[in-house]
Amino acid sequence: MAAVVIASVQKHFGSTHVIRGVDVSIADGEFCVLVGPSGCGKSTLLRMIAGLEEIGGGEIRIGDRVVNRVPPKERDVAMVFQNYALYPHMTVRDNMSFALMLAKTPKDEIARKVDRAAEILGLGVLLDRYPRQLSGGQRQRVAMGRAIVRDPQVFLFDEPLSNLDAKLRVAMRTEIRELHQRLKTTSIYVTHDQIEAMTMADKIVVMRDGIVEQIGAPLELYDHPANTFVAGFIGSPAMNMLAGVARGPSVSLASGTSVPAPLAAGDGREVLYGIRPEHLALGDPAIGLPAEVVVVEPTGADTQVVCRVGTQDVIAMLRDRVACRPGDRVGLMPDASRAHLFDAGSGARLAA
Amino acid sequence: MHRLLDNRNVLGVLFLLPAGLLLVLFLTYPLGLGTWLGFTDVKIGRAGEFVGFENFRYLAGDAVAQLSLFNTFFYTVVASVHKFALGLWLAVLLNEHLPFKAFLRAIVLLPFIVPTALSAIAFWWIYDAQFSVISWTLQRMGLIDTYIDFLGDPWMARFSTIAANVWRGVPFIAICLLAGLQTISPSLYEAAALDGASGWQRFRHVTLPLLTPIIAVVMTFSVLFTFTDFQLIWALTRGGPVNATHLMATLSFQRAISGGALGEGAALATAMVPFLMAAILFSYFGLQRRAWQQGGSDR
Repeated sequence: MAAVVIASVQKHFGSTHVIRGVDVSIADGEFCVLVGPSGCGKSTLLRMIAGLEEIGGGEIRIGDRVVNRVPPKERDVAMVFQNYALYPHMTVRDNMSFALMLAKTPKDEIARKVDRAAEILGLGVLLDRYPRQLSGGQRQRVAMGRAIVRDPQVFLFDEPLSNLDAKLRVAMRTEIRELHQRLKTTSIYVTHDQIEAMTMADKIVVMRDGIVEQIGAPLELYDHPANTFVAGFIGSPAMNMLAGVARGPSVSLASGTSVPAPLAAGDGREVLYGIRPEHLALGDPAIGLPAEVVVVEPTGADTQVVCRVGTQDVIAMLRDRVACRPGDRVGLMPDASRAHLFDAGSGARLAA
Repeated sequence: MHRLLDNRNVLGVLFLLPAGLLLVLFLTYPLGLGTWLGFTDVKIGRAGEFVGFENFRYLAGDAVAQLSLFNTFFYTVVASVHKFALGLWLAVLLNEHLPFKAFLRAIVLLPFIVPTALSAIAFWWIYDAQFSVISWTLQRMGLIDTYIDFLGDPWMARFSTIAANVWRGVPFIAICLLAGLQTISPSLYEAAALDGASGWQRFRHVTLPLLTPIIAVVMTFSVLFTFTDFQLIWALTRGGPVNATHLMATLSFQRAISGGALGEGAALATAMVPFLMAAILFSYFGLQRRAWQQGGSDR
């Protein structure tokens, strides 16, 4: 186990600047999730840690060793690939013992380690099968088993769940998390799925266009997004953003109404008023933000109401069942203490 | 009539008929005729009689036929081994990220697309006793004193014809193996690199085992083509010097057409069939899908 430090790392692919100065430090034993939309450079960053891509600038340290010039096999990291990359011509047992065999580990020790990993992952009966004979979830487990037997300093996961169906994905999410709690190996996990990031991470790194937008614990990002990108990316359905102008302790919106703000941003400042769907309540059109119900989507546990305010769609997530129908006029009442203000120009969060 | 045409089986037979006819006409009939001739003493200009295994008995005791059998095996084994080694090496090279990759791949195919007769003539000049460019170069470099007699010395001739055959056969193998290499997912190599495999170990434990199915197919074809080679030898040496490069195919042609002994030549050609069958059977059993290739749907 080791800490991983990424210091002002750069990467160019031809003329494209894909990683533009990234600084992240991951503590020993931490589960860190790199999340961002596709093309943000998160996978490239992971591959640079693994040694599969060259580091263009800056440095990466695993433990107290700078690994910029260290080949992958000497970095003592194990990676779970998106397509699992299981050797098709080897049985599950051979797949898992391959690294140990190359390291010339004694046979009985290999058998012991493989059996232990198989037991942890429930692969015991599958050890003599070939990857072709396994289901997606089982292959995923073998890929993790291959990483576990090596007992590496760092686990790297490259979107390991994206090829699984929704139900299995939720189950494997829990399983990986549980595994981490048991093994306590530093883990770096790449995903584009913010729910995966929120549920699994000790620390989330939100990336966009090769830079880090925000680093923090899941709920910290949720409660205090640093900018409109993070605010929109974390949380589902996404945070509603309404353009307006700050007026004392409230914001006068483009649609003409005024809503209470969490802080006074300075008179006349153009701002974005951010409110999460679950922090909106439905009320009388005379009291709140006047809106027209467009669609009502009950999920059972809660009800999502899509409303139109002026020309913009605003989503409200309600715990209680609601009696409104499409076309109804309602008033949306934001919980001012949970609202967020962002600068309209830079998108940065405005704090008191 | 309509009902009959709607029947899948009737329709199937109907569609197979043209292809079947062509096969019978142009494949089965000549093969059958050739085999039959092998059991007769037919000569050009004279109808023969059935003589049973007489031709085969005679050929078994014939020193030249024995030599041609040895030559054929030697030629096939040495050429195939070299074609495989060079082809695999080229394929691995071309699979790397090289500048002008498409251009290089096209160049590699050149020997394959040049007609054999044409390339044989080129080699004939390259191997010429007086005008050989190889001898000329080596002499200018001061490595040899006298010109090499490439096609005049029995063993030199054997190796020279083998070299020409290898030159011609490598592209086919290289391109087929390259196609095979490209089906191997790059992430397997990355996984192996992270697992601690060196370049050689990645080749040995990932590339080679995943390539075996294609190697088996390609090498079967290569062995069949080499074993039955005729054009190159005929254009280069006509089987000489002193029958040193006679293959079964060239000797069969010489006996049957040039020598007029159709029955004897046909018998010699027929004698190749068991060897070819053995090669096909070997690859049939070798080619059976390995356990790891067997399908298994996602359950």
